[in-house]
Amino acid sequence: MENNNEVVLLDLWASMFGMRVRIALAEKGIKYEYIEQDIWNKSDLLLQMNPVQKKVPVLIHKGKPICESLIAVQYIDEVWNDRSPLLPSDPYAKSQARFWADYVDKKIYDLAKKVWARKGEEQEAGKKEFIEALQLLEAELGDKPFFGGDKFGFVDISLVTFYSWFYAVETIGNFSIESECPKFISWAKRCLQKESVSSTLPNSERVYEFLLDAKKRLGIE
Amino acid sequence: MAQENVKLLGVLGSPFVCRVQIALKLKGVEYEFVAQDLQNKSEELLKYNPIHKKVPVLVHNEKPINESLVIVEYIDEAWKGKSILPTDPYQRALARFWAKFIDDKVFGAAWKSIFTIDENEREKNVKEAQKAFQFLEDELKGKFFGGEKFGFVDIAAVYITFWIPMLQEIAGLELLTNEKFPKLCKWNQEFLSEPTIKESLPPRDPIFAFFKGLYEKIRASAK
Repeated sequence: MENNNEVVLLDLWASMFGMRVRIALAEKGIKYEYIEQDIWNKSDLLLQMNPVQKKVPVLIHKGKPICESLIAVQYIDEVWNDRSPLLPSDPYAKSQARFWADYVDKKIYDLAKKVWARKGEEQEAGKKEFIEALQLLEAELGDKPFFGGDKFGFVDISLVTFYSWFYAVETIGNFSIESECPKFISWAKRCLQKESVSSTLPNSERVYEFLLDAKKRLGIE
Repeated sequence: MAQENVKLLGVLGSPFVCRVQIALKLKGVEYEFVAQDLQNKSEELLKYNPIHKKVPVLVHNEKPINESLVIVEYIDEAWKGKSILPTDPYQRALARFWAKFIDDKVFGAAWKSIFTIDENEREKNVKEAQKAFQFLEDELKGKFFGGEKFGFVDIAAVYITFWIPMLQEIAGLELLTNEKFPKLCKWNQEFLSEPTIKESLPPRDPIFAFFKGLYEKIRASAK
């Protein structure tokens, strides 16, 4: 059994990137020490462990840092490879999982930000592009229960964490994601039936308040 | 031997395509290079990469793989032979981190340093690019990023060996200098002299002419 000190996670409760790592750790049943970070006042530990980007999450295993959430999730899958695989074993299926997780990384955060950080025409354009991206993902999901097929996996982990931000984005953008992307919402709810996901995703209203505060601090109206 | 049908949709002169070519060569994979016209995208490209509509696209037995770093990892796993990524999970995580760093921090800033007209924007990007080079300079501990043999990060960084010196010559800009980045410049030379790399790079003259033309066109349109 791992000593608590062997696995440490530097994270922010509201970070959809950090949530990915928490879900992966939960899926594997790994005990770890969680150290909440104040991203407005970065700790020496964070700056020491992630000097390049100075961001959360940072997974620390036996004193060695792993940065970038999707890289940390793959690391977790490769080290604790005796249980609950997160990526498929077939190289082609694996490449498709990596491709879609990369798509999520490239698009979803920035498009959501366009909605919560902009106003007027820019925001409207952001809403449209955001919905289109979610609809593209819906098409990729198809009739499968999860992106990986029958099992919850890498792509699901990379994406479901954004669901906790939907209420905030909908409220600020004054639109309904469910009405445009019902399949996406039912997939997210299916994921939430898993303990690893439901115990990780924070309360949506708390996230909304966090975002309003973040906007103030960043000087975004 | 299983029937292998390997196609690479690409353009000569793309550093992203080059990454894939290096990986295929390293594994000794025979493939057909299908040159693309990005101004007039082929049905094949749109069929195999409907999401991003970009090159490179690797098509293995009719199944497409997109995004250069995803393709390189796929090549490493689908074919035996020389390893591209390390076997140790921690070293693999580091390799993926630095490859992503190059994608996120080097390409955009370097490109904008060369091609932006606005002086302030250019200066900002030069600073960004050099900040990224400094991180890489500090990270380089051996002959290659991969150690004694080149690996995933070196392949990801091929842009720095062939393209950056060429682009900075065209723009008369000193981005990557021996003075500021001696280890990175030495790595440049070592990497370029590896046979696998030499044989995977496009011919210099037509690529130089292409970027010079692009540079002059952009400057002319600004006037």
